Amino acid sequence: MNTSRTDVLVIGAGPAGLAAARAARARGASVTMLDSSDQLGGQFWRHLPPERPSANERMLHHGWVKFRELSETVLSDDGCRVIRGAQVWAIEPDSTSAGAAHLAVHVVVGEPDGTGRRRLVLTPDAIVLATGAHDRTLPFPGWDLPGVFTGGAAQALAKGERLAVGQRVVVSGAGPFLLPVAASLANTGSDVVGVYEANRVPALVRGWLPKPWELAGAAGKGTELAGYLAGHLRHRIPYRLGRAVVAAHGTDRVEAVTIAAVTPDWAPIPGTKQRIEVDAVCVSHGFTPRLELAIAAGCELTAERFVQVDDSQHTNVHGVFAAGEITGIGGVDLALAEGQIAGHAAAGGLAADTEVRSAVRRRRTFRGFARRIEAAHGIRDGWPAMLTDDTIVCRCEEVSYGTLCRATDATGSRSLRALKLSTRAGLGICQGRICGRTIEALLADRVGDAGLTDGVSTDRRPIAAPIRLGELADPAHPDPASQHPVPLKGPK
Amino acid sequence: MTSRILPFQNDPIKPTAPAPVTITVDGVPATGAMGQSLAGVILASGTLRFRRTSVHGAPRGVFCGIGVCYDCLVEVNGQRDVRACQRRARDGDAVVTQHDELPAAPAGDAA
Repeated sequence: MNTSRTDVLVIGAGPAGLAAARAARARGASVTMLDSSDQLGGQFWRHLPPERPSANERMLHHGWVKFRELSETVLSDDGCRVIRGAQVWAIEPDSTSAGAAHLAVHVVVGEPDGTGRRRLVLTPDAIVLATGAHDRTLPFPGWDLPGVFTGGAAQALAKGERLAVGQRVVVSGAGPFLLPVAASLANTGSDVVGVYEANRVPALVRGWLPKPWELAGAAGKGTELAGYLAGHLRHRIPYRLGRAVVAAHGTDRVEAVTIAAVTPDWAPIPGTKQRIEVDAVCVSHGFTPRLELAIAAGCELTAERFVQVDDSQHTNVHGVFAAGEITGIGGVDLALAEGQIAGHAAAGGLAADTEVRSAVRRRRTFRGFARRIEAAHGIRDGWPAMLTDDTIVCRCEEVSYGTLCRATDATGSRSLRALKLSTRAGLGICQGRICGRTIEALLADRVGDAGLTDGVSTDRRPIAAPIRLGELADPAHPDPASQHPVPLKGPK
Repeated sequence: MTSRILPFQNDPIKPTAPAPVTITVDGVPATGAMGQSLAGVILASGTLRFRRTSVHGAPRGVFCGIGVCYDCLVEVNGQRDVRACQRRARDGDAVVTQHDELPAAPAGDAA
């Protein structure tokens, strides 16, 4: 053990971050936990604000008791400092830092997108990255109309505000997440006209059936999904396979959608279109991990583009650990197990220690579950057949599919960077978070067999969140609680 | 019909009666429940369009709902480019929807 306590910084207060904070504290580390929101729980446990107490909020959540237990533990612990409204906007190497991780973490603290937020620089001994994921939504004609939401938006507004995004709603896309989205909508007063899962029975069977014994330990997961299905039956929500929303219609807002049958690789089948009047549509095709801080810290990624970790959830960067959806989309149980192991290891423990034996076992079980989800529900290659020439693919810069194709053909370029610069796709204010991987896929498809050749990706964002120039000009405050005071200076 | 907050009397989670919060959207008053985001209050007031885009002047509203897409940007009390889904509504907040037109082409530029 070190003579001084290890300073562990946990970024993200969702399931993985909460579990990491508690485990690091259990091993005696001093913990700071940051979250950009003013609440704990992340997106999974998004809940009502303190101004709106209710007797039975747990019925909206899976694992609510676990959340209450974790959050009460960290909030009542003087050795765990929780900073809410804390947006990390850069991480950079700092060889002069007193913290053993030799990284400087730049933070602004205050009202979201406010002016005059307080700047803070943290230099911890170890970092646990638990930044989570957001919806991946593929483009289709009309997806930029008001009234088209991601599944995550519908969830956040239902669970966090008791707001139903529409009265007559369809849910479409792929993956088990469609079920809780539909359940939340129905619980909040929407008429869910239907849930349309693009994959078909053979894909679902291939993904879910092999090696059923692996699922034995995932009984809790089965209960979670069974609960959503029971809700479907209760609310009589139709669940259709091999179908998708292929267009949204309206002038100033969504008024209707077109549903079509799709092939096993998700291309719409001619002659199967059906128009349905709706006032909202929720679309989600999976999740994209939030990797920018991991990349800024120097973490290597896997071939599937998640953060590469070892048995201790340690990345290739000394002192930097990762847990939850950024190491693979696996859901709450996997995030809790990984978070616990990461927090324990960040505080100097080992994956072989008895304190984390159960977490290591759960991690093995639920990783198997994550592989099944990908096999059953993963994005298939035929989806660009939904696009028309004028379908917007980059929402921020309003770049259409046709523009993207013509620029690629006209320039003959096979460089992602060059094509982004010539079309501006992926260069808007969301920094390619919504369209980045879509743009990569469409361009790779367009340039043909040789593929894109410059080896860059849209995941890199050195400035991890927009920051106002006035805030940037203000000097950073040293961290008053740190054992390692830092000199006042901006990023290099 | 459009987005709607579930009346607390009908909510199976048995909430207490929420305290109201009142903001204005382009000068028109909108009332929601204390603790709601600006996005939630604006949506529940019947407005889906939060801004118009620069290139096509197209309507945009809440899309991701979790602070990732920046499509719900509004001006709040004179402060521009605030993600309405990330900011909690406070009594008296004056929200103005945004439309940032592209700058005029410089003289002599054929484009």
